[in-house]
Amino acid sequence: MLVNEFLILAALLFCMGVYGVLTRKNAVMVLMSIELILNSVNINLLAFDRLNGNSEGSVFALYIIAVAAAEVGVGLAMLLLIYRNRKSISLDDLSEMKG
Amino acid sequence: MVLASDILVAQNIGFGIIALLMVLAGVGVIASRNVVHAALSLVLVMAGAAAQYILLAAEFVAVTQVLVYIGAVMVLFLFGVMLTRAKLGRDTDLNNKNAAIAAPVALLLFGVLAYVLMKGYSDDKLPAGGVPTSTKTVSDLIFKPYLLPFWALSFVLLAAVIGAIVLARKD
Repeated sequence: MLVNEFLILAALLFCMGVYGVLTRKNAVMVLMSIELILNSVNINLLAFDRLNGNSEGSVFALYIIAVAAAEVGVGLAMLLLIYRNRKSISLDDLSEMKG
Repeated sequence: MVLASDILVAQNIGFGIIALLMVLAGVGVIASRNVVHAALSLVLVMAGAAAQYILLAAEFVAVTQVLVYIGAVMVLFLFGVMLTRAKLGRDTDLNNKNAAIAAPVALLLFGVLAYVLMKGYSDDKLPAGGVPTSTKTVSDLIFKPYLLPFWALSFVLLAAVIGAIVLARKD
């Protein structure tokens, strides 16, 4: 198999994730798009792991999975707090830090 | 020059089917008008990613992907959808007005990435056969050379769990 098959699949998923992050208004859906991005990075890491024949890509992929789990946990807790305070998780409403 | 005998036909067909499924489900995640449908499409993307990890001979990561992502993260997402009382069913107010900018940005990014990958790894083949990455190899790497990042990561997870509890509890 060509390594490019996996790399281009990962690039496609990454760009889909970027599009989702830029267009979604609902904050939960932005977090889902971020998961797409993280998954594409994992595919890349494992493809290079296989290409180079050492197993370190697996280690980094596992670390990324752990970081993603932590990120979703904290992210959803923050969204819950925002929802409780404002009754909305629309990112367009969160504009206090706009210059 | 890629000869037909160099190509593992069965694996390529498997890759193609899974990749197509992943891309369609990915479109579902970013284009669905229904929050729960998007979450379920994300399950498909993650399951497809786990299958690709098996094709890349990384069994332990594939199993971890199923356990952590499909098992735990998706439940978190569905709880997030439920607790923020997102509108179930069709919701026309999920996207902001950036689509006209975001689509060219994403397409341009993909174009650049695909061009560079085609140029840089045009015919590089993954080694056929060989042994899959064993769990023992991965654990030897994690607990010997990468022990310090492992500790740091454990600390990050602990901090994230405590932080999530502190943020989400009602006083």
